[in-house]
Amino acid sequence: MDLQTILILAQDALTNSSIYVLLAMATILVFATTRILFLPQGEFVAFGGLTLASFQTGIMPGTVWLLLLLACVAAVMKTVRLLSSGAARDLPKVLAETLLPAFAIGFVAHACAPMHLALGWQILLTLLIVTPMGPLIYEVAFRPLADSATLVLLTAAVAVHFVLLGSGLLFFGAEGSRTPPFTEAQFTFGNLTVSGQSLWVYAICILLAALLAWFFGKTMYGKALRAVAFNRHGARLVGVDPCLAGSLSMGMAAGIGALSGILIGPITTLYYDSGFLIGLKGFVGAIFGGMASYPVAAAGALLVGFLESYSSYWLSSYKDVIVFTLIIPVLLWRSLSSVHFDDEEL
Amino acid sequence: MVRRIGLIIFVVLLAMVPLLPPFYLTMASYIGLYSMVALGLVLLTGVTGLLSLGQAAFMGLGAYTTAMLTLRLHWSPWLTLFASLALTLVISLVLGSITLRMAGHYLPLTTIAWGISLYFLFGNIPSLGGYTGLTDIPPLNLFGVEMRGERGFYYLIWGVCLVSLWVTINLLNSREGRAIRALKSGLTMAEAFGVSGPRLKILVFAYSALLACTAGWLYAHMQRFVNPTPFGVGPGIEFIFMIALGGAGNVWGAVVGASVITALKTVLQGILPRILGRAGNFEVIVFGILMIASLQWMRGGIWVFFERLLPPVKNPPIPEAKALIARTQPARGELLLKVESIRKEFGGLVAVNNVSCEVYAGEILGLIGPNGAGKTTMFNLISGELPRTSGNISFASQKISGLLPHQIARHGLIRTFQHVKLIANMTVIENVMLGAYLRTHDGLFAAATCLNRRPDAQVRAEAAKQLRRVGLADNMFALAGSLPLGKQRVVEIARALCADPILLLLDEPAAGLRYLEKQELAKLLKTLRDGGLSVLIVEHDMDFLMNLVDRIVVMDFGKKLAEGLPQEIRSNSEVLEAYLGGV
Repeated sequence: MDLQTILILAQDALTNSSIYVLLAMATILVFATTRILFLPQGEFVAFGGLTLASFQTGIMPGTVWLLLLLACVAAVMKTVRLLSSGAARDLPKVLAETLLPAFAIGFVAHACAPMHLALGWQILLTLLIVTPMGPLIYEVAFRPLADSATLVLLTAAVAVHFVLLGSGLLFFGAEGSRTPPFTEAQFTFGNLTVSGQSLWVYAICILLAALLAWFFGKTMYGKALRAVAFNRHGARLVGVDPCLAGSLSMGMAAGIGALSGILIGPITTLYYDSGFLIGLKGFVGAIFGGMASYPVAAAGALLVGFLESYSSYWLSSYKDVIVFTLIIPVLLWRSLSSVHFDDEEL
Repeated sequence: MVRRIGLIIFVVLLAMVPLLPPFYLTMASYIGLYSMVALGLVLLTGVTGLLSLGQAAFMGLGAYTTAMLTLRLHWSPWLTLFASLALTLVISLVLGSITLRMAGHYLPLTTIAWGISLYFLFGNIPSLGGYTGLTDIPPLNLFGVEMRGERGFYYLIWGVCLVSLWVTINLLNSREGRAIRALKSGLTMAEAFGVSGPRLKILVFAYSALLACTAGWLYAHMQRFVNPTPFGVGPGIEFIFMIALGGAGNVWGAVVGASVITALKTVLQGILPRILGRAGNFEVIVFGILMIASLQWMRGGIWVFFERLLPPVKNPPIPEAKALIARTQPARGELLLKVESIRKEFGGLVAVNNVSCEVYAGEILGLIGPNGAGKTTMFNLISGELPRTSGNISFASQKISGLLPHQIARHGLIRTFQHVKLIANMTVIENVMLGAYLRTHDGLFAAATCLNRRPDAQVRAEAAKQLRRVGLADNMFALAGSLPLGKQRVVEIARALCADPILLLLDEPAAGLRYLEKQELAKLLKTLRDGGLSVLIVEHDMDFLMNLVDRIVVMDFGKKLAEGLPQEIRSNSEVLEAYLGGV
């Protein structure tokens, strides 16, 4: 293994780990605010990449139908909830808030799909389609269970994973897709060539991390999310609605997922089921951080990326085995370093 | 009776399945296999409150172990059964002991990782046949007859499945089973009666893995072919759907869920591709939606509907049994509990500041103080719930500070809880029986094979005796959650008495009780003291304590303020000041 191989592998690792870092952040964000181990996180990655791929071929992506369907189901559930709580007055406003954006996005997507817009517009449309799925999925699948045990929430998450996985197969078929890179530029440093796409990945990853830091540190919504993560009941007492926090964090998770998919679409071929493994690698990073610490999780995600990259050089077919077996020593380390833990569930 | 008839009808119907066309016979065989795996998951998830997504991987471990050993080393399949089980046991114990000491959400994550790793290992190791798998696995040989026919195998699978059901039901109704059922609502209560929570969780995980492994072993010899596909994470998730849809809280939910999902899958795989006009496993969409709907509207699963049709389970009568061996209580006036300048700091806050006190045999000591005085912290230091910062506690001249709650319980210090901790869906007598956890020693094996009849009868008799003693003879068979708070507190005392305590620790027993209930409680405690029991009460209700206790220790701001007879305390000016804010 010469220096050049090491550098190429390192560059590859850094690109992948940037994605894992983003996904690990999203995982922790959702877990902290809602106690949901959000296994379907990876499906948004596939949705992001494949929705963009559909726009590239001039077809309206099937995810639009999923968005509309989710909005309709959410509207029905909200109607039932409002009627049974005697708040029928709010009905028109709530229905408009739920249905209008989804249908507007659907309409725009339908109109723009055959127009072969510039890549930037297609990316924007893709984000507009996938991101609202987060809050809608929260509304439909998780909100009625919001106060249940972690176990119940996880079971629901697993069910959502199945639904999204099956829908992905339905919309995009079993064939994989690749999207064109944001830029064809190549930069040469000595004997190492770095693709412009990788630089985009690094830049957006850093930008997003900074944005998240600013959001949690400085904005009211960010602080509300932190409050809910710290203490659900306490936050409710001071006027933060945990369900709003849930919607918000799921929306961010869906957006981050879709963006990750768009970023790696040009680097690797995405299939409808590629997202699950990618998302789980983000999970391994999150486990490093004890599902709580963002910096440690980011470090963990970096390690996952590097381990994957270098093991694919020596033991290509065992790289996933190696990455996922990493969980065992990590958990051993955490269990030895953490004190007696009793999660009481009522 | 109706239940027994239902069971007989079920078994008769099972026996008649081979009369159906082979298609249904094969499906029924699969249902039997999946029921076994789901059964383990019911115990793990529905009863213990843990979730594993890697059960299919344990099934694969069983299947591949026997495939390799019979094909490559030509072992007899019966020998490989033990090899598979041993390997599964080791792996599940390792995974369990790493994961189960931490919060509950780590088990599902570990088991996903384990499932994925194993799947890729099966698929990538050339000697395991890669993704195409291994063929020509030898058939089972039963009494010299090769089991090649589907019919014979069907009976074998369901025979094993029914035995597993029987074993699991026995297990749940045993000493360890009651402790397992207590784990879901948190470890604190179970550990106060000597249960080691992590140990039991690991054992339950191993048991469910062994069931899955047995199913995998049967699968390999039925199919006579293995490949990685049925052992990935997706199939592992389907087992969770089975129990959630069938009913995670009952062993029969596993059978119902396995039947429904297997049948539905066959039907959907036929219909959906035709409706949607393309090939693929679209049934996962339907499963996912069904699952979310059942979580939101039908939490108990399908079994709940069967349960409603069936008459309630008859409570076994209270047996005549030899009394359990009881401890010899120490002589009245002997020093029991000695607390020497115990100290507890939370960061910069000193919650308990070098407090010393003693409890003597046969007395009721009251520990009182205004809110925030450090009473409950003190209580938790004695019961081992909190680690101390410094100081010493000894009981009957043995050091107990530094021990864990379940070890302290062994010394005869038994506690009750300020916020009642009963298992709401267990009967009162079963709750009380849990108290006697340390007094008998029948383990999982004895329970599984019904060798625990005698000790279990003794425990039941003892629990009934304690319930009569506290005046709850009429409520023995009610569900604990259905009693009013006052009675629930008394059940807690009966449960503590069932543990044969030397020193009873009561944490605010009068909180939330009405006046008459308090009087009843005081009367009961006096009777217990007159019977030779020693009691330490933490309480802030002065009226309740004054006429009950022999001595009082008063705490304020983490320090001991006064100690003495009730009438001395009543006239102590410092105490009055602490309580009334200066007079």
